[in-house]
Amino acid sequence: MEIYAFILLSLLAIATSIGTVLNRSAVNSALFMVLHLLTLAGLYLLLRAQFLAIIQVIVYAGAIMVLFLFVIMLLNVEEEENIIKNTRFGFIGAFMVGALLLGQVVYSLLGLAGILPELSGQAEAIGTVEAIGDVMFTVYLMPLQVTAILLTSAVVGAMMIAEFTHADGTHQDVIEHAPEDQVEEGTS
Amino acid sequence: MISIEWYIALSAVLFTIGAIGVMVRRNAIVLFMCIELMLNAVNISLVAFSSYHGNVEGHMLVLFSLSVAAAEAVVGLALIIALFRNTLSVDIRNLTLMRF
Repeated sequence: MEIYAFILLSLLAIATSIGTVLNRSAVNSALFMVLHLLTLAGLYLLLRAQFLAIIQVIVYAGAIMVLFLFVIMLLNVEEEENIIKNTRFGFIGAFMVGALLLGQVVYSLLGLAGILPELSGQAEAIGTVEAIGDVMFTVYLMPLQVTAILLTSAVVGAMMIAEFTHADGTHQDVIEHAPEDQVEEGTS
Repeated sequence: MISIEWYIALSAVLFTIGAIGVMVRRNAIVLFMCIELMLNAVNISLVAFSSYHGNVEGHMLVLFSLSVAAAEAVVGLALIIALFRNTLSVDIRNLTLMRF
């Protein structure tokens, strides 16, 4: 039973990742990516990582991909035409480098064949919120604080980067910038 | 019971697909999604090792990489918006300012 679930989820994960890479429209790519992240949550459940599966759905598929979709809608990007045809040489080169990369990883895995572990009996105990929270707020308290600072600085940095600046160096003020006749038209 | 090799092989395949995507695509937003694919591929192998060893630290590492990915997505998308404002496209072939 478990092996069928693994085969289904892994094939779905590979198919959706290929869909993400090869889709012309950025919106379709993002939707494939959402499906990919959901299948990864299923794989985490197979690995008895319940907390991470939920976090994957909430944070990745919920928050990060919505941010991506929001930016795609905001920018209204036109579709790329013939992503393969226009860059055939580049595509072949990229495929060769990818095959090389995969071959190298698989080769290095073959050397480990005998020493990889079997599924631990404690696997179900360590995936719970209780076990992770126990470690997170004791051993990893300091990295957790650093993560909080990182996220805060990322948000502030993103606001600084995306802020609109006029050529003379003044910032755009949304309320002052709106022409008054447009506002009147909107209200009447 | 599935042995851990299958999870690592899946992780390697997904990482490779993401890497190929980074090399093939020209749209900056899709490029960022391919980077997310690679990060997620590594997360699978971290969770697999963590579960198979019965050690909770891989889960913590995945949580940290998740928050780093969130921060990276926020800053990257802000960069893409700034890029779009300057060149009116998100094609990375337009980014030739610092090319020799």
